[in-house]
Amino acid sequence: MLFASCRTAEILMSEGISQSDQPVAREGLQGDLFSKFDPLIKQRTDLLSSGQEDPFSLVMEKVLSPTQAICNGRETILLGTYNYMGMTFDPDVIAAGKQALNDYGSGTTGSRVLNGTYQGHKQCEEALKDFYGMDHAMVFSTGYQANLGIISTIAGKGDYVVLDIDSHASIWDGCALGNAEIVPFKHNDIDAMEKRLRRIPEGAGKLVVLEGVYSMLGDIAPLKEMIAVAKKYGAMVLVDEAHSMGFIGENGRGVAEAQGVMDDVDFIIGTFSKSVGTVGGFCVSNHPKFEIMRLVCRPYVFTASLPPSVVATAATSIRKLMHNADKRAHLWENSQRLHKGLTDLGFKLGTDAPQSAIVAVLMPDLEKGAAMWEALLTEGLYVNLARPPATPANMTLLRCSLCAEHSEEQVGTILGMFERAGKAIGII
Amino acid sequence: MERAQVESRILSLIEPFNKKGIEISDETSFAGDLEFDSLTVMDFVAAIEDEFDIIISMNQQAEIEKFSQLVDAVCKLQNR
Ligand SMILES: Cc1ncc(COP(=O)(O)O)c(C=O)c1O
Repeated sequence: MLFASCRTAEILMSEGISQSDQPVAREGLQGDLFSKFDPLIKQRTDLLSSGQEDPFSLVMEKVLSPTQAICNGRETILLGTYNYMGMTFDPDVIAAGKQALNDYGSGTTGSRVLNGTYQGHKQCEEALKDFYGMDHAMVFSTGYQANLGIISTIAGKGDYVVLDIDSHASIWDGCALGNAEIVPFKHNDIDAMEKRLRRIPEGAGKLVVLEGVYSMLGDIAPLKEMIAVAKKYGAMVLVDEAHSMGFIGENGRGVAEAQGVMDDVDFIIGTFSKSVGTVGGFCVSNHPKFEIMRLVCRPYVFTASLPPSVVATAATSIRKLMHNADKRAHLWENSQRLHKGLTDLGFKLGTDAPQSAIVAVLMPDLEKGAAMWEALLTEGLYVNLARPPATPANMTLLRCSLCAEHSEEQVGTILGMFERAGKAIGII
Repeated sequence: MERAQVESRILSLIEPFNKKGIEISDETSFAGDLEFDSLTVMDFVAAIEDEFDIIISMNQQAEIEKFSQLVDAVCKLQNR
């Protein structure tokens, strides 16, 4: 596959793994399957030999709260987690987990369709149905598997998946696992999407895959317009609301709710690993035949179900997220304060106005980005480093994600750290 | 549209993406010779799709490495 360099491999870069697009000169041991990783190994060695701390091997030695941890023996403010609503240390959530651990044991040791569905899994699915006001909910072991399973199963041979080029790795991998024709379009470009839908042969099944919030730049999709176009061409619509759950929309249902188009979304994919504060993934839908998915979706069937303590914490957290208007308002204030503060300091940001709880700071290049990342860590601040080609338009980003538990004072401290580090590195 | 015509239209679409002015032959490879990265591929494919009013799905793109293969694919897709 030389011409089509799909971004799947590159998206992985944000998790610290990368592959070069270029053909690899094989050296050393003949037949060593690892020689294809040589360019990346070299890039990392070069970067680290300059004394740069490895941005992808940080260890949290102790976690003090949703917003603070000890890293390298230093107390550090966390500004690079997806713990948007700060639910990880919620006393009710922890109590529910402990109770389930006592009552049901440490794990299910089985698939959801065999011995792995406990009362807790059903209660978790009930909580999701109530949260989204939808008829069906299916809990997967991760959000990654939810995308993998739903996309690969519903779009079959001869069908078309039309998706945003900046989609998350799990969406791309869902496409790769299935047999449908895959047609990407330019990020958030309504015309580009429409052109592709218009050219799909008559009678073919169509699935449009969008995200509410795109996690690299923290920008949101014009779902209202895009979903209207998708429906005009008779496509089904799947929206990944991983980064909006619990925060965006009147009831925290996501960007589709905020834009008033929940009723036109056929499938919402989400995760427990962000606002919900544990691990797991799900799909909710009003499709009358949705339940058949439990039998035909391989990433649901052929893996063990979540431990009872995890689904108990998830269900408790989801129910609490329904009534969280104050926390949501505070998170918006944090996002606005950080966005304005960084703009005033002279940093270039991924969006002109804050659109989500993610604020992406644009770095001039990887070296400066890595140096800035390390300077912030030395100041006592953790952010995510994202680098090309994972990022759109080959940008190097310092991605800041806010938590509803960050205090106003902490945001002030964070801005001071950015100012000192930015001046020391010479970015502002 | 005749193959020769498809070929010349594609040649003119390649031009803005051919930064080093590499001479194009049937054997010219997009990744190797023209050094297209994924962003370039997306823009280039979109330009071809718009010019001929076709879709080249990623599955089909995966089969295309060289200039002549792209011309073949466009001719085939056009006549559907
Ligand atoms: C948009 C999007 N979808 C899905 C996932 C996968 O979620 P999980 O961590 O539950 O596998 C993520 C998280 O990385 C994401 O950002």
